[in-house]
Amino acid sequence: MQGNDACAEGAVAAGCRFFAGYPITPSSEVAEQMARRLPKLGGTFIQMEDELASMAAIIGGAWTGVRSMTATSGPGFSLMMENIGYAAFTETPCVVINIQRGGPSTGQPTMAAQGDMLQARFGSHGDYSVIALAPSTVQEMFNLTVKAFNLADRFRVPAFLMSDEIIGHLRERVEFPDEVECIPPKTIREGMLPFEPEDDLVPGFTPFGKGHRVHVTGLTHNEKGYPASTDPDLHEKLVMRLVEKVERARHEIADYDIVNPEAEIVFISYGAPTRAVRQALLDAPGKSYGHLNLRTVWPFPEGLLKKFTNARVFLVPEMNLGQIAREIQRHVDQPVIPIPRLGGALHVPSYLLKSAEEHE
Amino acid sequence: MSAEDWFREDRLPHIFCAGCGNGTIINCTLEAVDSLGWKIDDTVFVSGIGCSSRASGYIKTDSLHTTHGRAIPFATGVKMAKKDFNVVVFSGDGDLSAIGGNHFIHACRRNIDITVICMNNQIYGMTGGQGSPCTPKGAVSTTTPYGMEENPFDLCELASAAGANYVARWTSYHVKELTQAIKTGLQRPGLSFIEVVVQCPTNYGRRNRLRDVQSMISAMKDHALLKEKRDRLLAEGKPIPDDMFVVGTLTDRNRPALGVNE
Amino acid sequence: MKYEVLFSGFGGQGIILSAVILGRAAAMYDGKYAVQSQSYGPEARGGASSSTVIISSDPIQYPKVLQPNLYVIMSEAGFLKFGAAAPESALMLVDSGLVQSRPRCRFIEIPATMQAKEVLGKPIVANIVMLGALVSATGMVSFEAMERAVLDSVPKGTEELNIRALNLGRDILQKGGDA
Repeated sequence: MQGNDACAEGAVAAGCRFFAGYPITPSSEVAEQMARRLPKLGGTFIQMEDELASMAAIIGGAWTGVRSMTATSGPGFSLMMENIGYAAFTETPCVVINIQRGGPSTGQPTMAAQGDMLQARFGSHGDYSVIALAPSTVQEMFNLTVKAFNLADRFRVPAFLMSDEIIGHLRERVEFPDEVECIPPKTIREGMLPFEPEDDLVPGFTPFGKGHRVHVTGLTHNEKGYPASTDPDLHEKLVMRLVEKVERARHEIADYDIVNPEAEIVFISYGAPTRAVRQALLDAPGKSYGHLNLRTVWPFPEGLLKKFTNARVFLVPEMNLGQIAREIQRHVDQPVIPIPRLGGALHVPSYLLKSAEEHE
Repeated sequence: MSAEDWFREDRLPHIFCAGCGNGTIINCTLEAVDSLGWKIDDTVFVSGIGCSSRASGYIKTDSLHTTHGRAIPFATGVKMAKKDFNVVVFSGDGDLSAIGGNHFIHACRRNIDITVICMNNQIYGMTGGQGSPCTPKGAVSTTTPYGMEENPFDLCELASAAGANYVARWTSYHVKELTQAIKTGLQRPGLSFIEVVVQCPTNYGRRNRLRDVQSMISAMKDHALLKEKRDRLLAEGKPIPDDMFVVGTLTDRNRPALGVNE
Repeated sequence: MKYEVLFSGFGGQGIILSAVILGRAAAMYDGKYAVQSQSYGPEARGGASSSTVIISSDPIQYPKVLQPNLYVIMSEAGFLKFGAAAPESALMLVDSGLVQSRPRCRFIEIPATMQAKEVLGKPIVANIVMLGALVSATGMVSFEAMERAVLDSVPKGTEELNIRALNLGRDILQKGGDA
């Protein structure tokens, strides 16, 4: 099965019953599969007039208490940014699939890239926090889509599946579990206000039609949900909470693989380049290079870097000019060497080994 | 229940200027929903950005105050994800026809079962009186200091052409007719569009020799041409005065609609 | 044994489907590992499209084919773009009616499109003819697995035609191709 189809199957298994999207290469198979699947499950697929509308519609869908998702690629992701900020600020749980292609602009519609990783974290204006997952197998396209829904609900944030054209269009064997774990958002407790945080900083969810009579606004709002856009302290407290509720849970959210934690030379990768690193490690059995594969990229699980106690250097192959390498360097004293690959072709394992040998 | 029961009293005082007509339109809308026996918890108000769009926050239902121009796609999501909600959109002329124009067209094309009420004050009121796509030719705004040169949008013709089932235009002077039009629109399956020409004394009237509320309302009343009269003039081959705009029920039909709760 | 197969032809010949069917035969019906990926441009039809599949008895990490050891070439443009540089150790199956050039490596000429037209009356199944020949030439997956994968993948009502196409490819190969 193809990665994009596995993603749609993951969404369906996770109980997603509303999809709004706009066709864009190389993500369209996700929409096409949802268009086939949802009507038969009592769900709704709607093709919107653009990506701004798609993002808006899934936020509307999410507030009815229905798990909602859209799928896109670079240019569409850019168009979604304003409403992604709205979702973050209004604490709307929703899932956005980004099958990354070469940018900037129209770039390489049919070729893979990982150029939207910082945009996922910082792309909308203002400060906020989100969750971003990165699959490197078709199986993970399924598993991490399910996980994205659970995390979106758990933290009431937009959760992104930051995949790429290689994994989205890859076909390999997938095993669907009979049942997947779907953890619904916690509901609001009696006497609490709709945007009043609990101890974990996340307010209980108040979907429409349940008598909560909640007002949802993109303006700075108080715990009642009412606009209060000129109170500096209130705004600061709200934004800090929205960032903190995700950032302080970063190790709960972290999903990763670690190979050879005692290594001196350590690869860090996510998405398609993980496949190149794994092959490189297989091709060099005599060397014991370390490898950290990140399935969670945001919030960045910086504590994992400390597990490589002997690390002298971190090598970071990415299909961009070092977006996550820059993040890694913020957290460690050792040199972090980006190994960028642009243009759509995946890093060749022998090239990764050559880069590693240069640091021996 | 009465229309007052739909207000969020704890949101008062509202932000509208003295003399603003938006409150009248909210009143007419709530009068209409209440007279239909709609339930607060089955109804969702959605709005974009601008003075008009603050309306959703003064109403007791679940509501979404969204981003500029995007009220309709948010509302589309609410309606399509859960068809048993009654969904009403408040928008302004700038919000709906400039930044949100494409969404408006496609919502009419889909003929989705929501009601869109446009408070057309012919200006960007909240941001200080900039020209909008509905600013009349020659009118002064902060971005048309020498008079608007562009042609204004006829939002009702647009909605009809794009496929909306019900289209009506009134003004904030025509309270009874407006309430009835909203009531009809709410009941009609498919997209109902009600444009309400409304006075903005602060940012439109002040710059266009309509300083007080009364002169603005008189001007609206004097320039409103009943559709029936317009049709009669046309039939008689008589000219329609340039400075008049048509009010009344402009489209009322039953084309297949999207998102109707069956 | 690890097979890295590259299919190329013009869009509309079923180049991608060929790789999908081969991958499916290996992964679903032959207990092997397979990954399939494709390179494609903006054209929906025409152009030189290509598709690759890796088949191995071990898990496959790197998903892209770096150096194919098997080629299935069904157009001259595809040959020039993807086949001309084939290393001498590779094996290439060419649709001999459509590909004029010949590689330096070992090759087998399969008149797939011509035979599909003459014998089956349907040139559209030429890609399946090529698959029949490929599997018979290499034994990379069992013929039975291939049959099941073809039946899974083709439109309803065309099953018999496609199985005949598969058998036709095997028969052409067993007669030594067009050489």
